[in-house]
Amino acid sequence: MDQKLNMKINGREVHFLRGQTVLEVCREHEIYVPTMCHDERLQPYGACRLCIVEVAGVPKPLTSCTTPATENMVVTTESPRLTRLRKTIIELLLSNHPNDCMCCEASGNCDLQEMAYLYGASLDRFPGEKWALPIKEDNPFITFEPNKCIVCGRCTRICNEVVMAGTIDMTSRGFTAMPDTAFSKPRSLQNCEFCGQCVSACPTGALTNRKSRGLGRSAEVEKVKTTCAYCGTGCNFFLMVKDGKVIGVESDYNAPVNQGNLCIKGRYGYDFIHSKDRITTPLIKEGDGFREASWDEALELVASQFKQIIKEHGPDTVGGFSSSRCTNEENYILAKWIRTAVGTNNVDNCARV
Amino acid sequence: MPEIDTIFLFGSNPTEAHPIVSLHLKKALRNGAKLIVTDPRKTWMAERADVWMNLKPGSNIALLNGLIKVILDNGWENKEFIAARTENLDELREKVQEYDFDRVEQLTGVSRDKIIEAARMYSQADKAMIVYGLGVTEHRTGTENAMAIANLALVCGQIGRPSTGIMALRGQNNVQGATDLGPLPATLPGYQSVMDEKVRKKFGDAWNVTIKKEPGLKSVEMLDECVKGTFKGIFILGEDPAQTDPDLYHVRKALESVDFLVVQELFHTETTRFADVILPGASFAEKDGTFTNGERRIQRVRKAIEPLAGMAEWEVLCKISTLMGYPMDYKNPAAIMDEIASLVPIYGGISYERLEKGGIQWPCPDKNHPGTTTLFTDLFAKSSGLASFMALDHIGSGEVADESYPLVLITGRIREHYNNGSMTRRSKGIDVIVPAERVEISPEDAELLGIKDRNWVKVSSRRGEVKVRAKVTNRSQKGNVFMTFHHQSALTNDLTSEHRCPIAGTPEYKSCAVRVEKFTEAA
Ligand code: SF4
Ligand code: SF4
Ligand code: SF4
Repeated sequence: MDQKLNMKINGREVHFLRGQTVLEVCREHEIYVPTMCHDERLQPYGACRLCIVEVAGVPKPLTSCTTPATENMVVTTESPRLTRLRKTIIELLLSNHPNDCMCCEASGNCDLQEMAYLYGASLDRFPGEKWALPIKEDNPFITFEPNKCIVCGRCTRICNEVVMAGTIDMTSRGFTAMPDTAFSKPRSLQNCEFCGQCVSACPTGALTNRKSRGLGRSAEVEKVKTTCAYCGTGCNFFLMVKDGKVIGVESDYNAPVNQGNLCIKGRYGYDFIHSKDRITTPLIKEGDGFREASWDEALELVASQFKQIIKEHGPDTVGGFSSSRCTNEENYILAKWIRTAVGTNNVDNCARV
Repeated sequence: MPEIDTIFLFGSNPTEAHPIVSLHLKKALRNGAKLIVTDPRKTWMAERADVWMNLKPGSNIALLNGLIKVILDNGWENKEFIAARTENLDELREKVQEYDFDRVEQLTGVSRDKIIEAARMYSQADKAMIVYGLGVTEHRTGTENAMAIANLALVCGQIGRPSTGIMALRGQNNVQGATDLGPLPATLPGYQSVMDEKVRKKFGDAWNVTIKKEPGLKSVEMLDECVKGTFKGIFILGEDPAQTDPDLYHVRKALESVDFLVVQELFHTETTRFADVILPGASFAEKDGTFTNGERRIQRVRKAIEPLAGMAEWEVLCKISTLMGYPMDYKNPAAIMDEIASLVPIYGGISYERLEKGGIQWPCPDKNHPGTTTLFTDLFAKSSGLASFMALDHIGSGEVADESYPLVLITGRIREHYNNGSMTRRSKGIDVIVPAERVEISPEDAELLGIKDRNWVKVSSRRGEVKVRAKVTNRSQKGNVFMTFHHQSALTNDLTSEHRCPIAGTPEYKSCAVRVEKFTEAA
């Protein structure tokens, strides 16, 4: 077993394990440290510098995400100097950021907005040149608003480090640096998996889910944590619900199986729910087609037909096929119904795959 | 998983079929893990493998016997483990002698260099894990294939320690839960045999009925009976056998013949066409419940919106049962889970209250049990406590390529779609990027047949034909073609064969003989 080591954060004695960074120790003990370029799914990057902390004996603040915790270290996460520095960092970011939170899709779900508020940053401390680039909406799933990009590299890193798709990378350095596809080609199946991981990693409104745009922002939607209905991996995520409609999917970063990662089906495969093709009323065969029926009529018919068959031919001429798409409870009820009301063991999965 | 040092991927294409599992594997690769891939197709993982064994479909056992022979011949086996934990090695040793390089190369198409390298890499690794998929089980020798994999892991002792073992990846989201909870002809919920009198009594008492001792019919058998005219009524809960089962002519005939067919579904499908009554289903967003994932983790599904048709499946089933004279009345799915916990020991400690804090992996026998994260440590279920080697023979596919049907069709999944595609095809964007079925064919075969990328072709087998566009790609090896079964407009399973694994009942989706011809639309 790894030995527990001691350090002090903000005067508090805390334990940690060898190999943990100062930021990880803080998070584990619920000590708030602001971050922008950090994502638990990625290697530490140390670029945004918001996570700076003071370490006793070290004159300059250190980025906590890249500093390993050491035995007997003494760390301070809040001080007037740190606040001043963090505020300046945010104001520099804002100097090249459109201040249109009121119209932004990410409002209420944006780290930059939250931190500007938290540190009371002023919007125009460093007036200067701003980007004025067009919105990129060249594929069905992902919208890119380059003007809102703070070049934190979370999207490019998750695409390369975690997905290993290599779709996007930083184009250059300095003022014109920007995440982009090779030769600025539109995202397509040729170069992209459409997993939306880049969107899930973006701390601002630069990358958003196109299908959800304009349908409701963070404060107006209810988030329902659930489990994916596609493959057997069992990823968790939140369904975003507004006015009785599912308008999108958001990552659950604490999910044990998938840590906020999803594939195209989990993240973008939800709008079948409200498809106009859904069968919403029972249907009874009539001639070559079907006619609509009430639940009462349809269920009466189903029950009486099965009862009739059982009476005439015996229960073993009836059977049920269960569904690997339905819930455990429903499969249990089907098995029980077949073995009780019908009275046979004829119940099986379809193809056992 | 990240600490694994060698991954042996067998008949599994996780970047397409299990994308998030593949992220864990990718992480291990980035941390320097070695990769061995056994797959007839040049998958994403195969392209990056240290050794890619591009075996012929249906030759899993021959390859595994060949690997084991190399390991034993070189003394690479884990002698300590074999002595302490296994029995019957001599029988296996004798059997694999029949699988020398010449024979294995001929049966599998994999060169001896690759076999030696893979055998060395896997057996000599510190911690190696085998991940296998439907490429192993969807054969008529599916069960034997899985046993042959167990032989390999046991010979090398790559089991029972962290980051070793065998992980099986299955297809549908809740295939685990649906098997756990008893819609099976020979077992009551929780794998409790109907032949066991105590089990029958326990359920009989709880349900207040007498449970029949004779196992029921498997789904295939029910369909066979329908064709004979001796089966009268079927209730299908949210499945689409008329698209996703193999050998669809037979399935259609069965569904046409049965007197009374009820299908509960979200959408009109190939199967609902045959229904006498269609009942609306509710999507996963419209009900509370649980799913059990591939690592046996029971997790909550939560109702986000009201059922569009007013009722979820469990409510409908309860109503039908009540109308038939067996009242079922549950306040909510949580109450159903409470009943499950009282009757199914492996789910004994599960309740919605506990699941609020996160999923739990079964077996979880009681309320204080934390769940079980790894089963492989207690894999040795045999009474002697020892794992037994099985001597297995190469049998091959039920149908092999011949002069009239010279290519082998492999069917499978792609990342963008799910099963019969009824959900993903109705998700905006997904319908645009993958709008239709295409048959993947190797550049060599395409040239031979005069087929160019995107040409219309006719794919036919002894059972039927399908018209699709071709996709010329070196993902397919010469001699093999690949199709998915996600599109209602091209029913791939019109082609697949009736062969199944006699033990598990799994259809041989991974191999049947076909012919591909160029086809002009006017014709
Ligand atoms: S959607 Fe996925 S693959 Fe495409 S750019 Fe984003 S992270 Fe990369
Ligand atoms: S698009 Fe978002 S995630 Fe990517 S660099 Fe810009 S701000 Fe960061
Ligand atoms: S998000 Fe993708 S990988 Fe995860 S469970 Fe759903 S389909 Fe499977």
